[in-house]
Amino acid sequence: MAMASSRLLWASRAASYLKISTFPRAFSTVLKDLKYADTHEWVKVEGDSATVGITDHAQDHLGDVVYVELPEVGSSVSQGKNFGAVESVKATSDINSPVSGEVVAVNDELDGKPGLVNASPYENGWIIKVKISDSGELNSLMDDEKYSKFCEEEDSKH
Amino acid sequence: MSAGLAGPRGAVRPLMQLVTMSGAPILRQLHLEERLLRCTGDNWCIINDGTAPATIVMGVSGRVSELVEIQPVLRDQVPVIRRFSGGGTVIVDQGTVFVTFICSKNAIAGLQPFPRDIMSWTGQLYEKVFASFGEFHLLENDYAFSHRKFGGNAQSITRNRWVHHTSFLWDYDMKNMDYLKIPKRAPKYRLARNHTDFLCSMKEYMPSRSVFTEGITCALRDHFTVQPMELETAFSDDKEFVPSTKLLSPQDLEAIISSKETHTVHEVQA
Repeated sequence: MAMASSRLLWASRAASYLKISTFPRAFSTVLKDLKYADTHEWVKVEGDSATVGITDHAQDHLGDVVYVELPEVGSSVSQGKNFGAVESVKATSDINSPVSGEVVAVNDELDGKPGLVNASPYENGWIIKVKISDSGELNSLMDDEKYSKFCEEEDSKH
Repeated sequence: MSAGLAGPRGAVRPLMQLVTMSGAPILRQLHLEERLLRCTGDNWCIINDGTAPATIVMGVSGRVSELVEIQPVLRDQVPVIRRFSGGGTVIVDQGTVFVTFICSKNAIAGLQPFPRDIMSWTGQLYEKVFASFGEFHLLENDYAFSHRKFGGNAQSITRNRWVHHTSFLWDYDMKNMDYLKIPKRAPKYRLARNHTDFLCSMKEYMPSRSVFTEGITCALRDHFTVQPMELETAFSDDKEFVPSTKLLSPQDLEAIISSKETHTVHEVQA
């Protein structure tokens, strides 16, 4: 019991240091300090600059990504509206922007390595960078705890 | 979403509009599907029995140079379409029967709008249609009798809706397969077989096309209240919507032969 407790304590401290939330029944990684949309995109906000990608939950459910359709730099995105798509298995799935603004960068690496979305959804698999036009919209997004719960509820429905 | 009729135990089944066509050009069908997916909130089943002319249809990310024998295609003026959904390349003709489901994400209780979940659900639906005619399997996203493919699938998933469409080989012209290359990305169960050994015709297993299409309607009634819709109503024009499914011109194909093929980013429709 003592060994199990100290292991749990270590795991909890490690998770906190790495800014990872873990829930006993969650199968996907969810990072603290990110915001999440109910369509399974994440956004990392630094000032008026945002980086957007899809979550670990999404990439796990989508399967192996074989193609990412990227918008053009300079185009506009709107919160909740699609700006691109990923192809996996036999499907194209819309990617919806969690924020509104102007696309200032796209991850060109995804052209040759679409699997980065699966392997590194929060880091190397980022999809676009946006100059945010309305930071108030961030209030409608979920934090890590709410998003983890949301994913659990979705998965438990079947 | 419109309410349907109460089924067993009082569960209300959502409505599904059924559009039945015969011989409609596949480009027209795909444009209709994109519009119904993006611009309506209803559930739809589209059945198109055969199409003309014989047409090559590629998925959204398909590279023409890797999938199509371009020189014979140009010589014989075979149309090549890039569709809005994922998946592979097919050549379709009068022997192809198309079946498409377009649904809102809440239409089927407990079904998450992800590719494998939707694929699995359709496999269960079609099991009811085909079980008495052959050893039906959903094999790595294909519909097969035993280990021979007769149905190819593709999907497109939006925020709140999804489309799952299938091209079924009621019959096919072996010669048409010569326009297609064997794809690099093939299912494992294909085992490097050529088209002849990999595919089969549904007509070898079922008595008629109408038995097939009636079986689909019957299976759908377990989940939906199926309501036939007039073709003209379904095709009513929405001039504001611009579909992304595109017919490649001979100039597009010639450009691919003469230069390195790259993907172009095309405008994504909201």
